[in-house]
Amino acid sequence: MLSYTEKIREIAGRLLQSGAVEMVIGFRAGTVPMMNEPHFAKTPADVQKLVWDSHCGINLANYLTDRKEKIGVVAKGCDSRNIVTHIIENKIKREQLVIIGVPCKGMVDKRKIAMKAEAEITEVIEAETTITVKGHGFSKTFEKKDVLQHNCALCIHRNPVIHDEIVGAPVEEQQGVDRYADVRSLEAMTPEQRWKYFDDLLTPCIRCYACRNACPLCYCPTCFVDEARPQWVGKSQDPGDVRTFHFLRAYHCAGRCTDCGACERACPVGINMRTFTKKLEKDCLDLFGWEAGLDPEVRPPLDVYRPQDPNDFIK
Amino acid sequence: MKMITIKKNEWAGGLEKAAQAFRLFGPVKEKEFHSFKRLQTGVLPDLTCLNTRLSPKHLIYPQSEVMFDYTLDESKADHHILKETARDDSPQAVVGIRPCDAKAFVLVRMNFDTPEYQDPYWIRAYESTTLVGLGCAAPCSSCFCTTAGCGPYHEEGLDVLLADAGDHYLAKVLTEKGATFVAAAGWRTAAEPQAADQKIAALKQASESKIASFVQTDNLRAAETTDLHNAAFWEEVSFACINCGTCTFSCPTCWCFDIQDENRGKTGVRMKNWDSCMYPLFTLHGTGHNPRGSKLHRVRQRFMHKLKYFVDKYDRGIQCVGCGRCVRLCPVNIDIRRVCNMMNGFAASGEACAIK
Repeated sequence: MLSYTEKIREIAGRLLQSGAVEMVIGFRAGTVPMMNEPHFAKTPADVQKLVWDSHCGINLANYLTDRKEKIGVVAKGCDSRNIVTHIIENKIKREQLVIIGVPCKGMVDKRKIAMKAEAEITEVIEAETTITVKGHGFSKTFEKKDVLQHNCALCIHRNPVIHDEIVGAPVEEQQGVDRYADVRSLEAMTPEQRWKYFDDLLTPCIRCYACRNACPLCYCPTCFVDEARPQWVGKSQDPGDVRTFHFLRAYHCAGRCTDCGACERACPVGINMRTFTKKLEKDCLDLFGWEAGLDPEVRPPLDVYRPQDPNDFIK
Repeated sequence: MKMITIKKNEWAGGLEKAAQAFRLFGPVKEKEFHSFKRLQTGVLPDLTCLNTRLSPKHLIYPQSEVMFDYTLDESKADHHILKETARDDSPQAVVGIRPCDAKAFVLVRMNFDTPEYQDPYWIRAYESTTLVGLGCAAPCSSCFCTTAGCGPYHEEGLDVLLADAGDHYLAKVLTEKGATFVAAAGWRTAAEPQAADQKIAALKQASESKIASFVQTDNLRAAETTDLHNAAFWEEVSFACINCGTCTFSCPTCWCFDIQDENRGKTGVRMKNWDSCMYPLFTLHGTGHNPRGSKLHRVRQRFMHKLKYFVDKYDRGIQCVGCGRCVRLCPVNIDIRRVCNMMNGFAASGEACAIK
């Protein structure tokens, strides 16, 4: 994976030089440990800033919405699935894109690592399978697989599902992953327990909407929480309004969410709002055998009626 | 200026006494990070905290604050009349606040307490609050307070500055409010002023030497506002932004708010809620026009407000204390230090500086 950076630069440089694309969207090195910044390259100097490592968790499909240019975009497995969803939902045209696929072994969870470090992390050194963090008076090495973002640890689509260029050989897909253990434990709760769980989960929310805005699926011209005429949702910290936002946001992702983890990663107060979307993801899999973003030619189950659709819920 | 010695074994007892006269708040760790919370009996502020994830601005300026309530029930004599909602302005003290966060209240006050306008809600809360700060012995790598008009032992805005001197704290009592708090806690052992001053100066110097991150602001005031506004770099600066409110809501100096009426049945409240220049409703006109309708406009507004309009309007430096929260929390790593230096560099050269 450490060779990806050079390969991305080479491909980006070639695409820009030949005029195949007007810009390449990727990442440049961050200014704080374990962070990179989404970045567009238009010139050879910009291209030299493109990087790849285990801190590229932001979903770059989010930067394609309604763009008009011809774009090269760096895409790991989940990004590629959201690009497929964008194509299905007419948010970008396939022919506008040159997709630079990145076989991915997962992004590391910076909070998990920070919590295991004795002090503030000031330096990070990455090797093929390990990551070493250093700070004042300590140095600690982790196996990357032990500190992955939760969604990455459960990922079964690490290779891009659609691409025009590829930066490395395909990686092995994880087998036998139990993707929904957390959802099952929620399903097993009584309604009262579940309500309490949701309340505790959402208590720290400050309504910054980082989860919504980091999500490539959330592109409504005006989000329901921002509608002013009529105003559907109150603006205060009232728990009812906070819940309304989170629950409706999740429902809008039904059959579309790829569990890329951008929402959870973006949250400044560490809320795992994937709990909601994963339940919907599991339902879509159970009811329709559906996983989002695998094929641009297939309409999503909530878009189409099929006679064999399950209708047991009609009582 | 009084100097007091507080032995560490007198700390908990003193706070217990102070709690009889003050509502005490301090940093408390819950799950993964620290927040400023009301200290329940027997709970001490966690002074090992580097800094809280979110700033303590909500203790004076809550995210949602009800100002008035009213009834719409026309059978009541006072229907449709706003009545001020009861609130608790009894004395409160924030123990363990960092100097950067205390200085931030000084900046915010310039907006809420002016000769022309006084925001009674903010002012009453501010006046009832005593800030007992703790000097930073170990600043974070993303702290840049010393070049943002502040510092790890900065006194402006604090009522008491505590310095950790090993087996005791040195308390520098800076205001009347501070003296009242120290008296309520029963801490009376006077420190030898000169020795205490020297000790604090040494701690301050040691801490300042650890600050590794800086901004340049010297050219901002002279820069032509419209040139800076029209600079080419805003497209590059704003590209990654997702327009969430993380930077503005975690910032101790962001002060924008919105007023909302909320009814339930026949009763309602008028409230103030934090607003964010990152949001699509911010400055949206009644006509539907928004002068800041795009991401670029919003990002530019945030940085121009903090680093140019504020500088021009008040001539008191930038609207930033260098706490580093927005740098640490931005989901896409937009870094105000980088943008500030770009703006300052642009101002110096009269054109877009080389983008780092």
